[in-house]
Amino acid sequence: MDSSFWMIVPGNAALSALVWFVIAMPFLYAARTPVHELLHAIGLLAGAPLRASSRWLLGAARDLRERNRQVLLAHGREEAGQQIAREFERVSALVTRDLEGYPALQRRLLDEITRVEEDYKKCGEVPPPPPDWVDAVSAVANVKSGGGELVTRLLEEINRSIQAIHEKTLAEYRRAYEERHEILDGFMPFWRSLDKTLAQADRKMTSLTDRAAAIDAQMARFEQIVGNTDRAEHALTLSALTQFFVATLVIVVAAGGALINFKLIALPMSEMVGAGDYLTASLRTSEVAALVIIFVEATMGLFLMETLRITHLFPKIHALSDTMRKRMLWIAFTLLLTLAGIEAALALMRDMLIADKQALMQSLATTAHAAAAGDGWLARIPTIGQIVLGFILPFALAFVAIPLESFIASARTVGGAALVIAMRALAVLLRLAGAFVRQGARVLGTLYDILIVLPLMVERLLRDRRAPRPDPSPPVTTGLEAVERS
Amino acid sequence: MKRRHFGLGLAALAGAGCSDPRSHSQAVYMLVDTSGTYAVEVSKAQRIVNYLLGTLQPGDSLAVARVKSRSFSEKDIIAKATFDNRPSQANAQKRVFREQMEAFTRGAQGSAYTDITGGLIQGSMFLTETGAGHKTILIFSDMQEELDKVTQRDFPIDLKDIRVVAVNVVKLGTDNVDPRRYLGRLEAWQKRVEAAGAREWRVINDIEHLDGVLKG
Repeated sequence: MDSSFWMIVPGNAALSALVWFVIAMPFLYAARTPVHELLHAIGLLAGAPLRASSRWLLGAARDLRERNRQVLLAHGREEAGQQIAREFERVSALVTRDLEGYPALQRRLLDEITRVEEDYKKCGEVPPPPPDWVDAVSAVANVKSGGGELVTRLLEEINRSIQAIHEKTLAEYRRAYEERHEILDGFMPFWRSLDKTLAQADRKMTSLTDRAAAIDAQMARFEQIVGNTDRAEHALTLSALTQFFVATLVIVVAAGGALINFKLIALPMSEMVGAGDYLTASLRTSEVAALVIIFVEATMGLFLMETLRITHLFPKIHALSDTMRKRMLWIAFTLLLTLAGIEAALALMRDMLIADKQALMQSLATTAHAAAAGDGWLARIPTIGQIVLGFILPFALAFVAIPLESFIASARTVGGAALVIAMRALAVLLRLAGAFVRQGARVLGTLYDILIVLPLMVERLLRDRRAPRPDPSPPVTTGLEAVERS
Repeated sequence: MKRRHFGLGLAALAGAGCSDPRSHSQAVYMLVDTSGTYAVEVSKAQRIVNYLLGTLQPGDSLAVARVKSRSFSEKDIIAKATFDNRPSQANAQKRVFREQMEAFTRGAQGSAYTDITGGLIQGSMFLTETGAGHKTILIFSDMQEELDKVTQRDFPIDLKDIRVVAVNVVKLGTDNVDPRRYLGRLEAWQKRVEAAGAREWRVINDIEHLDGVLKG
């Protein structure tokens, strides 16, 4: 079909369009009210469901957040309760271990104090007082000689005697003090022992005080959780987020270990199940067998951790009697040990297969043969390394159960919070889209009015002429507004 | 990429819950031309066989047959083996195979005529019997077929789902005079092979680069 059939003025598309527009203008003016109604209806039709969806999403997000909060607090309550119980167990162990010897300690202290008191009393014994005749001597000494030779000689004799007695008494006095000093010297070991015993008692009491402080802290946390406070919720969410990231990191590291493990046993497994069998287009049976072994090892590790009560993923295992649990523990450990042994053997076989393949390739090469690897201990290091790695990795993988439990526990909180955020974001987007659609309908109505501005101006002019003018500037309303008001 | 395939494969396995019934093994039938002037090239065939032995995996099959005046016979197969699924056993089989090939190259004798078509038919039958998923016929020859008057080979042959690779197609003295003879010879073989239903026709003259021999 000729594309210029619509042109009224041949060869001039712009002028033709203008003429068509002028012709169409009266019809557009006539259709103004229905078009405005149509645009308004479209705006409502598209905007209302969007707004309703947004409101529903916000409500659902609120409900979900509340539910997340309840779950989080319940989980936190349980965890805090367990920690408090654990603290009490520790205190109980401390009391049993340290304070059961307290009577003996007290007896020892009393004995030592009694002994020190006795010695102290011995120290308190004073030396004998000077004899009674000292006063008589003093009186004689005060007698005036008057220059008499007899008296002088008598006094000199008395003086000599007194000097001798004095020296003797002084010596006795010194000896008595020496004895007391010896007793005081004997105090020292008892004082030291006393000090040591008291320090020991103090240490034990301090340890008990620390535990009591820890219990106080846990109790405060527990009270906050029980009180459903925002602070407790915030703390629990942060804790879950940290746990989630740490657990993810550890699981990624463990996945790396599992990959190495897989590489170690995939090739030798082909010796057991065949290298030519495929389960899918790109998946060998030997690779699946290697994967299955790794998964079984991880499962055994999981059971081992469960039976050791390190993780709590399976309530049924925890509900088992101690005897049954111990049996299960030994079964899981034996299987893990066996699998580790098998892996070590497979790692050795891998090394042998690679060496065999290498020898074959060398014999097939037409170029000069490469120097054969020596048989020294250096050449055996990789082999030994592979064997050790094959044995250790299953046990290392067993510990993945711990971060796995943390991951599962925290994923609920993190996933719930992420879902709430996503729902809120979607609600905002829907609300924005609804507003955009409604405002878009208004804009389109205004654009329509701009298109038919000439007839509208004529209409206003005619209306102004007919109607009296009480108000010099009556408000101009668009057709869309008139429709909305109606 | 490989890991993604691995994961997808595992998911597919979990979904299907059964093994893949398709065969993923390869089977290679190599024709070695010992006729006329081409007999001197036999030592190169040993290198190609060594490459194949190093590349083929446990579960794959390999057969080497000579091209003589009439090649449609099991007696012309020099060595054949379907390698064990266990890598250690497969390596042992490869060593034996290599020794058989060495013995052949030491005592290879030329023939008066060159029956490539007969060898192709024999190879096609062998490959079909292996049930391998990927089948390849290697033709180590100058691709100049010469038949005696009695031998009949001018009939359609069946090479369905088989890759045909011509290796070390040397130029004859007459090709040097008129290269169109060489190109025409290769073109004629390509048409014939493709008409027989072959999956691919390929020519590899540089035996230092045999990477494309097994994978299309």
